[in-house]
Amino acid sequence: MGLFILRRTGVMILTAICLTFIVFFLTNLYPNLEKLAKTEGNFRMSDEAVASWLDKNGYLQPVAVKYGQWLGVLPGWRAETEEGITGRCIDGPVSAEAAAQAPRFCGVIQGDWGYSTRFKDGVWSIIKVRLANTGYLMMWVLIVMVPTALLIGVLAGMREGSVTDRSLSTASILTTATPEYVSGVIFIAVFTSATVGLKWFKGTATSAMTEPTFENFFLPVITIALYGIGYIARMTRASMTEVMTAQYIRTARLKGVSFPNIVLRHALRNALIAPFTVIMLQFPWLLSGVVIVETLFNYKGFGWSLVEAAGNNDIELLLGISVISVVIVLLTQLISDIGYVYLNPRIRIN
Amino acid sequence: MEPLTWTGNLSFLTPILFLSLSALGLSIVAWMVLSVFGGLRASAQGPYGAPALTATPDGLAALGVRLSLLAVVALVVIHIAYGILFSTSGGIIGGMARLMLPVWVALALLFYVSITFKRRLGLYGKLFDSPIGMIGFGLVMFWVFTGILGALDLIAPHDSLAQVSGMKNKVPGTPVPGAGEDAGIAAWYLLGGDNLARDVFSRLIDGAWVVVQIAPLATLFAFMVGITLGLPAGYYGGRLDTVLSFLANLVLAFPVILLFYLLVTPEIVATGLPQYIGVVLFAFPLIFAGVLLHSRFRTRPQANVIWLAVVLIPGVLGYMSMINEAGSKIDFWPIDLFDVPGGILVVFVSVVFVNSPTVFRIVRGLTLDIKTRDYVAAAQTRGERPWYIMLWEILPNARGPLIVDFCLRIGYTTILLGTLGFFGLGLPPESPDWGSTINDGRKLLAIYLHPPLPPALALLSLVLGLNLLADGLREESLRD
Repeated sequence: MGLFILRRTGVMILTAICLTFIVFFLTNLYPNLEKLAKTEGNFRMSDEAVASWLDKNGYLQPVAVKYGQWLGVLPGWRAETEEGITGRCIDGPVSAEAAAQAPRFCGVIQGDWGYSTRFKDGVWSIIKVRLANTGYLMMWVLIVMVPTALLIGVLAGMREGSVTDRSLSTASILTTATPEYVSGVIFIAVFTSATVGLKWFKGTATSAMTEPTFENFFLPVITIALYGIGYIARMTRASMTEVMTAQYIRTARLKGVSFPNIVLRHALRNALIAPFTVIMLQFPWLLSGVVIVETLFNYKGFGWSLVEAAGNNDIELLLGISVISVVIVLLTQLISDIGYVYLNPRIRIN
Repeated sequence: MEPLTWTGNLSFLTPILFLSLSALGLSIVAWMVLSVFGGLRASAQGPYGAPALTATPDGLAALGVRLSLLAVVALVVIHIAYGILFSTSGGIIGGMARLMLPVWVALALLFYVSITFKRRLGLYGKLFDSPIGMIGFGLVMFWVFTGILGALDLIAPHDSLAQVSGMKNKVPGTPVPGAGEDAGIAAWYLLGGDNLARDVFSRLIDGAWVVVQIAPLATLFAFMVGITLGLPAGYYGGRLDTVLSFLANLVLAFPVILLFYLLVTPEIVATGLPQYIGVVLFAFPLIFAGVLLHSRFRTRPQANVIWLAVVLIPGVLGYMSMINEAGSKIDFWPIDLFDVPGGILVVFVSVVFVNSPTVFRIVRGLTLDIKTRDYVAAAQTRGERPWYIMLWEILPNARGPLIVDFCLRIGYTTILLGTLGFFGLGLPPESPDWGSTINDGRKLLAIYLHPPLPPALALLSLVLGLNLLADGLREESLRD
């Protein structure tokens, strides 16, 4: 078990390094840098001026070197100009003595995530706030989504082919066929607009960042949750129907155990192993959903910052966000792998 | 010209429709609740369809569901039939039903032919034994025909890019100013105008063509990539499998939207990166077809050469024309048969790129399972080559799950295309595709509902149809 976790963690770190390098490479392609130079400097810069600006700011080094510096395993670049020494780890031109005081390494490992050109703030402080907002949203999504989906799945799966099964399965197909931008638009149209006139909820969740209420927070939560509910419910149903045809369930029935007892005490535990993995693997999905819903409801969280960073060519912020999302996805995969082994006695004992 | 109402002369039926809809909803809920608590279920109908005296409450609820569903379907059919016959005197719905006439004819023909010959049509024919599968297939084909016939200009009354002054954000059924008596249905904007005074209905029809063009083909390409890589990974295993699986997991660990933002922005497109990815991805169908034929006809050189020439020469021509585009990074081929319109290639490549790792994993898993079967061992003993075994022994036996996944994946691709449009990535801003239209409409959603709702419902129904179709296929293929 220990070896397994160690190996999975190793693969995870390797994947994280590869992925961040890909993102780094894509965001540091020359056209992106050129756009950065023009937004930071001057829109009418000539090509030579762009090149010299980039060179002065250390952007023209080889990608691998830049990546090493950003990660914090290579010493940050330094250059001498007339005004003093500039460098990656130095704020503005300073004298030689001050430069000697400055740290040599400054990258993600040292906790220096860079500076966001869109929000004019440190990347880490932005991510901290945005991630907290999204975390709160995700928490409610999970609170709504997981119990509902499991309940639907178990109810549908305990009597295969029954009316409940058929109607709940159809309902879950319907929710998996409704992406967030469709259900969100429909919900906003029906529940918030003046035309329909229901006006039960608010169409934006901007105020939910400071004081979330049922009125401004329910729609974003249900929009994300709905798409996941169908999928998890179908997985739970499949696993439940499989368990209900197992021999030990038949034995229990023949023994005369009552049906609710069979479902609750014998079937449920075994039927919930597979959905656990599915729920954990839903996280990359939820992340996509979060981006759509935060844009749609104007809730300024993690996904909203991703759209802002990508739309405004904010390289450092985009990198930071990618690192966080990749780490979240990989961590959930790791937890799902380990959890599956832990929950499933057939694998655990081997 | 008078503004149109929703149902025109049939407005007296509207309360009945709502009544039967609510009856349907209530009876479904009652049916479910009762069947959870109910015990044995006896039929509420006697042998000749008369209500039986032995009916239990949930049996009665089932009867209620059936009757109210029948009423709803009958009313919908009445609306459509009236619209086909009397056009806009059936209101907006009548007008739409009339414009859709080519689609109704095509659908009716398809279903008539398919049901007549269903015993000879294999798995496709069996689909018509399952009501769920039939409903799904009907929904899918409705949009497919709408897309194709719309592209032939048989449906849409207006140009999807034309702006008519005075029609900005007008409600459904508003007459177009200055339209003559002879304009027919084109005298109205049936589903209203959007924020640039374009006809919502015509854009909806043209948007269907974008989806019908890209989604199935992109899914097919993703399957070619996934199959060509997944078969050897599962069959040989070992280091090849480790490397390919690692790469697949790498792509899968990316949040999809981040990947789109990194691949589809104009700056990255300018570097030609999506085109290079396209060069790699589009080669897979050629490799797949080449290996497929060669492994089959290896022992018959003459047939081999003919088959390979017939398939590969047009294939290579198409491949070269597809990746070449005058004025872009790849521009070396003198014969450029067709140009893929701006943005579509990039969208296509990124959708294939996102989908193929999942297909790879499915094919790999199926191969791992099937390669332990006896017929594979028999082929190995016969001395067949590995690629023959993979493509002609393993792949045909994995077709069931693959066909089902293909349907589901087209739906998923449709959702992805919508996501791209929703974030304004890739496709040109005036593109009528559903995602872009939803994105355009959502800013004024609180005041004007009609521009984003039709494409949202269209996307929903198409994906629902694909899901139901996949469900029906799964059920029928398991029955073998």
